[in-house]
Amino acid sequence: MDTLDSLKTELLAAVEGAADMAGLEDVRVSALGKKGRITALMGDMRTLSPEERRERGQQLNALKDAVADAIEGRRAVLKRAELSARLAAERIDVTLPARPETEGRVHPISQTVDEIVAIFAEMGFTVAEGPDIETDFHNFTALNMPEEHPARQMHDTFYLPPGPEGGNPRVLRTHTSPVQIRTMLSQKPPIRIISPGRTYRSDYDQTHTPMFHQVEALVIGEDIHMGHLKGCLLEFVRAFFQVDDLPVRFRPSFFPFTEPSAEIDIGCSRKGGELKIGNFGDWLEIGGSGMVHPKVLENCGIDPARYQGFAFGMGIERMAMLKYGIPDLRTFFEADLRWLKHYGFVPLDQPNVAQGLTR
Amino acid sequence: MKFTLSWLKAHLDTDASLDTITDTLTALGLEVEGVEDRGRELAAFRIAHVVSAEKHPNADKLKLCMVDAGTGELVQVVCGAPNARTGMKSVFALPGTVIPVTGETLKVGAIRGVESRGMLCSERELKLSEEHEGIIDLPADAPVGASFADWRGLSDPVIEIALTPDRVDCAGVRGVARDLAAAGLGTLKPVDTSPVPGRFPAPVTVRLEHPGCPQFAARVIRGVRNGPSPKWLQDALTAVGLRPISALVDITNFFSLDRCRPLHVFDAGKLTGNIVLRPTAAGDGFKALNDKDYTTPAGLVGIYDDSGLISLAGVMGGESTGVTEGTTDVVLEVATFDPVRIAEAGRALGIDSDARYRFERGVDPASVLPAVEAATRMILELCGGEPGETFVAGAEPQWRRALHLRPHRVAHLGGVDVPESEQVRILTALGVEVRQDDGRLACVPPSWRADIHGEADLVEEVLRVHGFHHIPATPLPREPGTPKPALSPAQRRTAFARRTLAARGLMEAVTWSFVPPTQAGLFGQVPDELKLLNPISADLAVMRPSALIGLIAAVGRNAARGFPDVGLFEIGPAFRDGGEKGQDLIAAGVRAGAAVPRNWAKGERAVDAFDAKADALAMLEAAGAPTANLQVTRDAPDWYHPGRSGCLRLGPTVLARFGELHPAVLEAMEVEGRVAAFEVFLEAIPQPKRKGGTAKPLLKLSPFQPIARDFAFVVAADVEADRLVRAAKGADKELITAVDVFDVYQGERMEPGRKSVAITVTLQPTERTLTDPEIEAVGTKVIAAVAKATGATLRA
Repeated sequence: MDTLDSLKTELLAAVEGAADMAGLEDVRVSALGKKGRITALMGDMRTLSPEERRERGQQLNALKDAVADAIEGRRAVLKRAELSARLAAERIDVTLPARPETEGRVHPISQTVDEIVAIFAEMGFTVAEGPDIETDFHNFTALNMPEEHPARQMHDTFYLPPGPEGGNPRVLRTHTSPVQIRTMLSQKPPIRIISPGRTYRSDYDQTHTPMFHQVEALVIGEDIHMGHLKGCLLEFVRAFFQVDDLPVRFRPSFFPFTEPSAEIDIGCSRKGGELKIGNFGDWLEIGGSGMVHPKVLENCGIDPARYQGFAFGMGIERMAMLKYGIPDLRTFFEADLRWLKHYGFVPLDQPNVAQGLTR
Repeated sequence: MKFTLSWLKAHLDTDASLDTITDTLTALGLEVEGVEDRGRELAAFRIAHVVSAEKHPNADKLKLCMVDAGTGELVQVVCGAPNARTGMKSVFALPGTVIPVTGETLKVGAIRGVESRGMLCSERELKLSEEHEGIIDLPADAPVGASFADWRGLSDPVIEIALTPDRVDCAGVRGVARDLAAAGLGTLKPVDTSPVPGRFPAPVTVRLEHPGCPQFAARVIRGVRNGPSPKWLQDALTAVGLRPISALVDITNFFSLDRCRPLHVFDAGKLTGNIVLRPTAAGDGFKALNDKDYTTPAGLVGIYDDSGLISLAGVMGGESTGVTEGTTDVVLEVATFDPVRIAEAGRALGIDSDARYRFERGVDPASVLPAVEAATRMILELCGGEPGETFVAGAEPQWRRALHLRPHRVAHLGGVDVPESEQVRILTALGVEVRQDDGRLACVPPSWRADIHGEADLVEEVLRVHGFHHIPATPLPREPGTPKPALSPAQRRTAFARRTLAARGLMEAVTWSFVPPTQAGLFGQVPDELKLLNPISADLAVMRPSALIGLIAAVGRNAARGFPDVGLFEIGPAFRDGGEKGQDLIAAGVRAGAAVPRNWAKGERAVDAFDAKADALAMLEAAGAPTANLQVTRDAPDWYHPGRSGCLRLGPTVLARFGELHPAVLEAMEVEGRVAAFEVFLEAIPQPKRKGGTAKPLLKLSPFQPIARDFAFVVAADVEADRLVRAAKGADKELITAVDVFDVYQGERMEPGRKSVAITVTLQPTERTLTDPEIEAVGTKVIAAVAKATGATLRA
């Protein structure tokens, strides 16, 4: 018995003394392995009588379990120590910056167009597009702007030689109204479209660029009247500027393609030299509008005795400048990285009415 | 168009306040651009008597003044003006007054220990002039305590309105007054156009030989004295920015502004023979009243006498027959002209005048004879003299138009109900002749409203005067159900492509559609029909053949500002030819500088063609293109690096091109370093066909693990990796689901002209786990297929 006790003491001491997993494994093999000491003692039992064997077996099993338990216990301690050592060794400087990534932006013009589309989509509009190079018919004549109209002069409109089809010199569209003409020529009423896009006028100073963007709307039906124009604009500007009580004012005006015609003003304040959009008593012009001129309908093969409707247009850059406080029109086209990062929009910020237009 | 309030009141009998008048003008469509109401601004400034001006006890240059401003007591004021002196009359402001030049409110102050209870003012402080040397020095008879503005004649507010091109009738104060009267702001006063009998036969005759002049009246008035005009007329003209010249000239200007009825006066003594209106000949010359010499092109409406061209009709008179102080006999010209001819003439000679402005928009065709009488009366009144009979050539053109207004159209088109009686009242007040005609209103617009052509115009007149603010905002009727998509599939695809590119780290830019011709030339021959006839500058002169041009230029600008690592894209047009379909929608992008910038984690590298390829492929994938079926060809256009670029094709159709830009192109555009670029033709991407709704194909997942096997081949260096990959893929179409290149080596350990390409082939068993011999067999097939297609051998 003494020998087993002393063996146990010895083996347990060895287990405790194992400094690492490899040492512990050595101890395990020397005690419990195929040629281990306890295994060997187990083997020796063959020579004993059955009674002695049972007694001896119980003793040896108790020894084996005690050693195995000790090894497991030691293994857990060593594993924890090893993990601690690894964690200590793996320490990094987490104050270092993350790896470089570039973040893109969507241009304010695109974002503003997407916002405008989102609002008009709710009102059942679809988006129509057309070419930047237009015929004088689509850009002027069909819109009731005769040959001698001042806007057709060379100092306002960019001209290009006649196309391969011949005819008159072509123009860079001065508004997106030719898209309205193309729509009316190809579709039957009712019509409900908006047409955003590039437009061109020969003007370059602090508040004008030779290329800019416009969005126009066209609604044609049998009973569409000027009250609908006002209602539609009111809903639009309130949604766009996110001001629930934003007022809209119509001022009588003149455009060759509408009758009656109205300039669109929205409420604002200019107190202290700072422009704020809202119901503050002052007014700011944002675009032109009116009931489509009967001659324009006629030019597009729509019977003005049966159909009528409204159209309006506004500058997209101007809307973006007003909404987002962008001070200078010319900067829109400079592709300055710093400007794009500051005034641009993160790509996943797709405007929609469900989430709210602008974060 | 500018006028004073008192000028307006000469035509309009009204009690309305200035604010009511200006608000109503804007509501009528006569937009008020500004009101200069010096009377209101200067209301608190009084004429004062400086009873005494002594030296300030504590300052040499200051004076201590006792001022009588008619308030009943003397006020103590410290004044620094060198001209302040005892007994003078000046302009005084009490504390609480806002000083115009600073916009600040005057307070009681203490200057060098002495209280000052007001201010004696300079002209600059009142914004009368820049004069600030001293305080205003008024004559001794200026009434103490009176309003300075009233005394100085500054109390008449000046109103400026913006006119739309259709409302030339309001380029005369009377037209403005008529609109206001119609809007209920008073009554229009009558004007006297009754005939002034002629005392002698017309000595000057007129012959019309140009279709651009339908009617021309000439009347000689003898024995006039052309001195300065009376103060009221000079004040009125000065207030609106015109310089008084002489009574006769001022009268013509007055009629232009008052009635929108430009007139002209010739000195009868300088006229040679009679007047003929005929087309100008090319090269005819005359000196105009603005002292400049002009040479005409052919065909303008010229006014000639026997000496030659003496006046350009409707635009500007000539110096040779102009009136002077010595003029005694005058020929009054009242005529109408074809607006288009006048606009042409004005443009041809580059003359802007008040007459041109009115004639090119259309002067009242029925105004000739009434204006002759009214102007004669004014000339007689201001200059004396004896009128002859009027010589009238031509006739008043037919201007009466019979229109109809169905009263219900006002509500149907305008969205607001206006009672029929009110419609009649408004139209009548505007000068429209209205009578009932079988439930409709038969309307004849007045001669001065050439802009009213149809029922819609009559509706507008009623609405405008009734007030657009009465139109209730009515929600647009909605279709039942949720709205249909606003975007077409192609538009949606473009929108998605935009956000995909931005999500890849590119900044969206918007650059000009027109570019410098030299830069355009680097991107192919620009056909003549894409060159602007009238560019705004030489740099913005041709339609861009590629959307890359503006982006490359932007790379250069950003680098010059110190930001060389640039990623930009643009979705916009590029122009192939001038035909109807010559415009393509392009998504273009550039990357320059470092793709991965220097950083502590290493991995720094410059951009290369594969960055652009990745952008193009990601965009094509986002746009729904079948990217797995694309072929890469080496035929990108000349602006790309010939060895580092390619096209992505679907059969014969090029969907995109990508690569590094040609160094020569970059040099020509003054951009340094490598620039990777791509151009995707959005409209060339086929629309994915959607069969049977929105369901995706059923997902079939194999329960068996995929197996990967690596192969390294040695192949001729010019064999493209893609050929090798395709050959490997084709070796067993059932089992092989992917082939990826994981290493390409060419160098010392390779014989010259050869390279090693290592691929990993993924096998996906679908029915059971593959046995080793089966895997072996696929491997053999891969080696054979690659060898056959490329001549490659397995690397030893």
